[in-house]
Amino acid sequence: MVSDMERHASYPIPTIGSILAPILERHGFAVTSLLQMLREVQERFGYLHPDAITCLSEQLRIPRVKIEGVATFYSFLYLQPRGEYRVLFSDNITDHMLGSTALMEQMCQQLWVEPGKVAEDGLVSIATTSCTGMCDQGPALLVNNFAINRLSPERINSICELIRKRVPLSAWPGEFFSIEDHIRRRDILLGSGFESGSALSALLQRGTAETLQEIKNSKLRGRGGAGFSTGSKWEFCRAAAGTQHYVVCNADEGEPGTFKDRVLLKAYADQVFEGMTLCARIIGARKGFLYLRGEYRYLLDHLQNVLQQRRENRLLGRSILGCAGFDFDIEIHLGAGAYVCGEESALIESLEGKRGTPRNRPPFPVTNGYLDQPTVVNNVETFAASSLIALRGGDWYAAIGTATSSGTKILSVSGDCERPGIYEYPFGVTVAQVLADCGAHDTQAVQVSGASGVCVAPAEFTRCIAFEDIPTAGAFMVFDHSRDMFEVARNFVHFFAHESCGFCTPCRVGTRLLQNMMDKLARGNGSPYDFGEIEKLNQLLRSMSHCGLGHAACNPVLDTIAKFRPAYDKRMKHQEFEPAFDLDYALSQARQMTGRDDAGAHLGENE
Amino acid sequence: MSEKTFVLDGKTIPYAEGQTIMQAAMAAGVYIPRLCYHPEFKPHGSCKLCTVKSNGRQAASCTQLAQSAAVVESDTQELNDERRALLQMLFVEGNHFCPSCEQSGNCQLQATAYALNVMSTHYDHFFPDRPLDASHPEYLLDFNRCILCSLCIRASRDVDGKNVFGLAGRGIKSHLIVNAQSGALADTDFAGDDKAAQVCPVGVILKKRRGFAVPIGQRTYDLKPISAMPDAKES
Repeated sequence: MVSDMERHASYPIPTIGSILAPILERHGFAVTSLLQMLREVQERFGYLHPDAITCLSEQLRIPRVKIEGVATFYSFLYLQPRGEYRVLFSDNITDHMLGSTALMEQMCQQLWVEPGKVAEDGLVSIATTSCTGMCDQGPALLVNNFAINRLSPERINSICELIRKRVPLSAWPGEFFSIEDHIRRRDILLGSGFESGSALSALLQRGTAETLQEIKNSKLRGRGGAGFSTGSKWEFCRAAAGTQHYVVCNADEGEPGTFKDRVLLKAYADQVFEGMTLCARIIGARKGFLYLRGEYRYLLDHLQNVLQQRRENRLLGRSILGCAGFDFDIEIHLGAGAYVCGEESALIESLEGKRGTPRNRPPFPVTNGYLDQPTVVNNVETFAASSLIALRGGDWYAAIGTATSSGTKILSVSGDCERPGIYEYPFGVTVAQVLADCGAHDTQAVQVSGASGVCVAPAEFTRCIAFEDIPTAGAFMVFDHSRDMFEVARNFVHFFAHESCGFCTPCRVGTRLLQNMMDKLARGNGSPYDFGEIEKLNQLLRSMSHCGLGHAACNPVLDTIAKFRPAYDKRMKHQEFEPAFDLDYALSQARQMTGRDDAGAHLGENE
Repeated sequence: MSEKTFVLDGKTIPYAEGQTIMQAAMAAGVYIPRLCYHPEFKPHGSCKLCTVKSNGRQAASCTQLAQSAAVVESDTQELNDERRALLQMLFVEGNHFCPSCEQSGNCQLQATAYALNVMSTHYDHFFPDRPLDASHPEYLLDFNRCILCSLCIRASRDVDGKNVFGLAGRGIKSHLIVNAQSGALADTDFAGDDKAAQVCPVGVILKKRRGFAVPIGQRTYDLKPISAMPDAKES
């Protein structure tokens, strides 16, 4: 892989053409597979050479602006050469808490490279990336898209040594790439001992309409966080007119602090695929997609094997379980580093090989989804739960949890606790219970449902995880009293600014303005005026943004201002107005250029 | 058949089935601020300036279909305050040099800011580095002024059938690109009579050697505010 790349060479078109030909053929020259092809071309060359884009443009008969537009949208695709080894440190607050900042500095120093840049010899590039979903075993990084966890100074030393010696990734110690499941509490889903094919047999026995009724009876709601009724979604889609229907499993688990889908796909993939197949039968789909986030690239071979096994067992393909006309298969699409693709309409755009810009809704995917056809998009956990319901019935499921939140929820617990990992609870569990179970002490706050979720203070630890109280897609990040809640909020604000798709003005510019304001506060130049400005931005983002990313971008700040005000107050320079322009900060570029940081290179505080 | 209507800021507006709030308002001579909407192209609702409250819910009026008997608010203090903030965001995001700009007086960003009484840019400027493209013999691209409305992209793709322009990057790094491996306009099939050459609401796509043909003070929006031209098709 890495070793046979000749990154800085110029590739004459014929060579590129012959290398691209099998990739193009494997994808049937389909423009919808553009993102997949770009990803594969990059795996081959390390970046997207301009000649490769020209070649794709000619072969696919699409303008190169379209290809460049797609390629530059995704964080893991590069139009410029990157290092032979591309190292990306996970930038979530939980990674920071485990020391990722110092480890990244260590690596940069040892390999003589500036963060964000490529080493002069082209050997390595080091930068940060949004949460890689390894919060229970961080600090984490990706090297050429493969995850390495539990970083320590020693492990960084070893990695630097391997890179310096140009050891191919395939020859790195296997333990570096081992990823734990850390399942700490099993309930009906994780403890079911699900047998492959059992839910489909139950479906065929019970009947399609009857199984849909069971799903409806179960009151199952979408596990991605929004909580729409799964039964209703499937019913709407089943009723929608179209030439084809599609099933899409959203495994673009990008919410910082969430990693339960990673474990489900690792240890319960059969149950997830079975749920998708059930859905296919019910809505009349012949084709499904698993949209897997690029950070989980390492799961691809495993998932392909599970799919192949299912085909061999007649659980996928033509005449599933011998039932004529029950034809369905699943294709895996890999994302390439774009949180916004977790939004279902952006995910569909991405599946179609486009930039992941959320669509105008309505119409919704159930009527106008993939290729404008009726499409069900559900979370990984939702499909896994539906398998269980097909097997054991809707009433059984509805009796678990609370009246309006049936069943169980899988939480990804990380941060300041003794036993981070995966916890499955019936809905209605209190925050306090989860904290007790995971061994959290002296807890200051819990961020439930990731950056876009809610920050819960100790006075609220009696509240429940449920759609009617604290809804969540699964993240549960614990912060003890040693943590600075301002830095937590600032980390999330940076995340949103980085992940904004840039389509609409309020989110594109507003998230960056918010980031600048938080950075101003972090430099100790805050004033009460800034609180008013943040409030105003929040109002604007909620009111005018195109999608949920913009709507949620101010949440972490407003929550922490309301609940942890002292963390902000200590950043105040003046209680009165403070101009944003900071003379000393304005000199920082000059200091960097001259390599100076002595007292004479600084301007004193205003008198 | 009785005429379908909705109420916009207290005024009854007739509409035809399938019309957006924006289309119906324009036909009725009511101005709703907008930058990325152009009546000849499919709306996509990115600038968000035309956001209204339809039955209490915010929606971009260029993409929201008119609904019978809906109560729509547009010219309110709250929405205009938010629109001002959006305009200020667009001003600080790019580099806008109104006093010396060839498009001053013909620029919809400037004219809309005047219409909404924007008195300052309020936020800190980003001062992005956006090199010019002067490669084309007849046209100049000054990306400093680009507000990412994508009208040139839509015009080139949907009317000219050329795809000269495209959008690249993500978030605040979003930017306009042209369809050439060199990245230069001269290496595209762009031509002066393309629709794409006519639609820029600001001053990105400029004809060379025709500077200040009409003196400042006598240009489109110098003579009449943009709000008095609710159905204007082009600048």
